[in-house]
Amino acid sequence: MMDARSQLLSGAGWRWYEPLLWAAVFALPALLPGHALIVNEIAIVALFAVSLDLVLGYTGIVTLGHAAFLGFGAYCAALFAKFIHPDPLLGLAVGVAAATVLGAVCSVTILRGSDLTRLMVTQGVALLLLELANKLDWLTGGSDGLQGVMMGPLLGRFEFDLYGQTAAWYSLTVLLLLFALARRWVQSPWGATLMAVRDNPLRAAAIGISVPSRLAVVYTLAAGVAGAAGALLAQTSGFASLDVFALERSADAVLMLVIGGVGWMYGGVLGAVVFKLMHDIISGITPQYWTFWMGLFLVVLMLVGRERLSPVRWFKRGQA
Amino acid sequence: MSQVVLQAHGLVKRFGGITATDHVNLSLQLGARHALIGPNGAGKTTLINLLTGVLPPTEGRIELLGQDISQLPSHERVARGLVRTFQINQLFASMTPLQTLAMVVSQRRGLGARWWQRLGQDAAVVARCEELLALFRLTEVMHQNTAALPYGKRRLLEMAIALACEPKVLLLDEPVAGVPAGEREELLQTVAALPADVSVLLIEHDMDLVFEFADRITVLVNGAVLTEGTPEVIANDPQVKAVYLGHGEELHHA
Repeated sequence: MMDARSQLLSGAGWRWYEPLLWAAVFALPALLPGHALIVNEIAIVALFAVSLDLVLGYTGIVTLGHAAFLGFGAYCAALFAKFIHPDPLLGLAVGVAAATVLGAVCSVTILRGSDLTRLMVTQGVALLLLELANKLDWLTGGSDGLQGVMMGPLLGRFEFDLYGQTAAWYSLTVLLLLFALARRWVQSPWGATLMAVRDNPLRAAAIGISVPSRLAVVYTLAAGVAGAAGALLAQTSGFASLDVFALERSADAVLMLVIGGVGWMYGGVLGAVVFKLMHDIISGITPQYWTFWMGLFLVVLMLVGRERLSPVRWFKRGQA
Repeated sequence: MSQVVLQAHGLVKRFGGITATDHVNLSLQLGARHALIGPNGAGKTTLINLLTGVLPPTEGRIELLGQDISQLPSHERVARGLVRTFQINQLFASMTPLQTLAMVVSQRRGLGARWWQRLGQDAAVVARCEELLALFRLTEVMHQNTAALPYGKRRLLEMAIALACEPKVLLLDEPVAGVPAGEREELLQTVAALPADVSVLLIEHDMDLVFEFADRITVLVNGAVLTEGTPEVIANDPQVKAVYLGHGEELHHA
């Protein structure tokens, strides 16, 4: 039997195959330049799903309005590029900072109430922002979206190209960095207290954890990560439109987590890959009816069980 | 020299027209083994909830180590050393006993906000976890999922979590409730082996355990203190006998 310390640490840290996996992913835009755009898209929604996993999977905060932070990050980054400075990294920082502040403000709304309350309140905030972006058309372009966002070269050297190679590498890098950071969070003593809050808030308070402060902090941090995804979205597409706030965005991220598995860092990434590829492939075959197949897949997934469908289920065991 | 560690002054809790706690005064001495007994519905659990801050009192005041804690939220009372267990297990289902204790010990030692370290990186925390696992006979099951543990082990984990909080005052809410006979002895031994400097308030239905364990007993009936004294005094008190052996037995099964 393993001793206590190595057991505690065994789930943490990077496994030997993980750097290989990421290296392969980073090679994709070069190997398949024609698919760099979809790689970019997947990296962005994966980052958004990882952010949602922090609140939904690890802390148990039920939300259907996570797109509020994605959208806010997107619009702030796009506005910053258009009116202040075209540098992508500065814009990314602005998007993250803006979404983090919004997350801190909105965290007050999720401290109280049941899951149903949170479901409604989070969705309400996203709807509010959607209508604001629609109404303030002198600033945001309203329903036409914010157009004419010209990005400067990344690090002053790498221009965003039409094939989306630079964009893909940029998004993958941000995804990897924030993924590693989020993983460190959930494997820390602090992360363990989040899971304690998720499992049993009554007992969590009875061992000295301030439940409201945990909820507020994780919500704020996750909002920042979602803001990064939003900024990447706006910067790599040169565009921000109202649909970034849409309920569908939030719901899709929940679906990705359901597909990939909640409370498991790769769940969001895996879910994003499966969801986006299915979307791409099925809508290529049957553009109007792709949601039928998606629905069928979800029903089968839920009834048969993810574990039994997964070809790599034994790799998952014991990982955070 | 006796020193009072926990004191309740005139605690009252009303739920609408029902008075669940009726002007209760209670003093817990340092190192005490104090039992709180009473028939079902006497308000024992309500009193625990008032003391730990789960419920706000309607009237009255609570002092821990001489400081008024009546207005503090539960987690701050824990930080000051007032810790409880639950009558119905309140565990963290997705974690193993080891992970649970590592989390609680880290939190107690002020590492609960450390996001840059890994859980288990701190050797002192792990050493403390191993001590607790051994003390509560959980070493063999430390890697098993909490939800899959036998009931007696879960009951032990319930107490191990509380002791991991390094309590000065420990409120045990029916620690042996529902434990099957085979696993009972193990539990009784761990209760008896609790550190002497931890003051314990035991809420219990099991009279054998109470009279074996307690050096002082408070009897609660209908939310109010009926009487208080040493086990001998309580055992021979006619009022207590009436409550427990007379019509009290009906209350007991009500």
